[in-house]
Amino acid sequence: MSEEGKTDLSSFDQISDRVARAKAKAEAMRAAKAAAGGGAPAAPKPAGPSTERPPAQKAEPVSAAPQAAEPPVSAPEAAPAERKTPPPRRAAPAQAAAAPAAPPAMSTLEKAAATRRQRAAAISRAALETRAAEPAEAALSRRGFFSWLAVAWVAFTAAAAAGGAAMTRFLFPNVLFEPPQVFKAGLPEDYDVGKVDERWKEKFAVWVVRNEQGIYALSTTCTHLGCTPNWLEAENKFKCPCHGSGFYRTGINFEGPAPRPLERYRVVLADDGQILVDKTVKYQQEKGQWDDPESFLKLA
Amino acid sequence: MPRESNVMDQIKRSQVWKSIFRHDIPSDDRGRAQTVLSNIFLHLHPVRTPKSGIRVRYTWCMGGLTFFIFLVETVTGILLMFYYRPTLEFAYTDLIDLGEQVPLGIMREIHRWGAHAMVLSVWLHMLRVFMTGAYKPPREFNWAVGVILLLLTLFLSFTGYLLPWDQLAIWAVTVGTNMARATPFMGSEGPGAAFLKFGDINLVHAGSDARYALLAGRFVGEGTLLRFYVLHCLAVPFIAALLMAVHFWRVRKDGGISGPL
Repeated sequence: MSEEGKTDLSSFDQISDRVARAKAKAEAMRAAKAAAGGGAPAAPKPAGPSTERPPAQKAEPVSAAPQAAEPPVSAPEAAPAERKTPPPRRAAPAQAAAAPAAPPAMSTLEKAAATRRQRAAAISRAALETRAAEPAEAALSRRGFFSWLAVAWVAFTAAAAAGGAAMTRFLFPNVLFEPPQVFKAGLPEDYDVGKVDERWKEKFAVWVVRNEQGIYALSTTCTHLGCTPNWLEAENKFKCPCHGSGFYRTGINFEGPAPRPLERYRVVLADDGQILVDKTVKYQQEKGQWDDPESFLKLA
Repeated sequence: MPRESNVMDQIKRSQVWKSIFRHDIPSDDRGRAQTVLSNIFLHLHPVRTPKSGIRVRYTWCMGGLTFFIFLVETVTGILLMFYYRPTLEFAYTDLIDLGEQVPLGIMREIHRWGAHAMVLSVWLHMLRVFMTGAYKPPREFNWAVGVILLLLTLFLSFTGYLLPWDQLAIWAVTVGTNMARATPFMGSEGPGAAFLKFGDINLVHAGSDARYALLAGRFVGEGTLLRFYVLHCLAVPFIAALLMAVHFWRVRKDGGISGPL
């Protein structure tokens, strides 16, 4: 506990301790392999100073199954790592012996540099030996760490994307509490000739106008900035209260800032003889669409 | 010596880039520390953490989990606010629509489960801090802030409980707010209230006590729903967020996350 609490990896004590432990384990494994090869079960004990993590766990399966041709468990991992190891391990004692024997004429700076080199060598050596000797128990390797990191980032990104998609979808309701775009406006006989009918204005935003020839449905949206004009029966015109745009009863603009006539909607007779107003199809006079047969319901 | 400039170099030299990113990609400890310190989101986390601080068996990760759940509750709560109207006419029907008509009807359930989980994790966080002695000096003040945050969490659960506006909610809040009657001096049936009077005139009565202020009336009604809604969505989360900032700040200032004894 107290040892794990320390984070300072440059501590020499810790590193030499780890090296010693690693060496002890390597010895134990070699002994176990030899025992497995010779068919004689062995119970190797580490000679290292640390007794916290006995490497005997790894030797156990070997001694338990001496007839196995290949040393199980850690062998496949240990083998490739060990291939890399020998040069530094053999070179290590030589270096270690050479370093203290540096000429006494060395300056302080040079000594410091030598110490640094020595320390770096010790660290890399320790890392290599540790990896070679305790593959199953060692901390996550660099490669393993990065592959887990990649998995974690992919998972996080996927979760974030799914969350974002869900939040976006949540903003689009399945059910609307607004009047439908297509509605039946009653029978043609319900409308007086020469009248602008306002009965659907509030609910569907449509004026139904009956003249001698038939019926058309006008949008109640001013073409200037979208206000709703009023029908002034006495003056025979639509007048917008916002900026004073005026429209004839046909919907043609004649005064104020409105740039174009009011729009008309598709209007046809349904099967049951009622007028069907379809606001999803609109007809604009300036585009010549008022000639379309469905923009005007002809009545005899 | 001038390097061959490429597009990335030009971007990195631009005023826009430099105004956003104050440091290069860090290559040493000092650079890493600076990057963390100059970033508002990263700086909430300490630059250095003791190894024990990331041991799940020591911290249970309950403080961090509580904060995470708070964020989940904030996000899902904002989304629910797009559909929910705190009025007698719409509250319950909006709730039903949230489950049956609105896409991802699980959103309200996430909010509800999150609320339960947050109450649990806050308690477990408190238990962990108590059991590890992390409330001891110099961390006494942060313990006090944490206790207030616990009460705010419970109050958030209580105010949120009324919003479905079904029988369970109305009667639970009726019963719960009855406790406010017994508030010392401020509740009409509380100790000390009887002393607050001018002659025959009671200053603290059923129409002027703490319960009345909470309910906006003498019983749970439309005013209560609106009041609990505002408390639940704005007032309490605002205070809790402020205190959380203090809480996290004090963790840092009191010597970082406490270590094992």
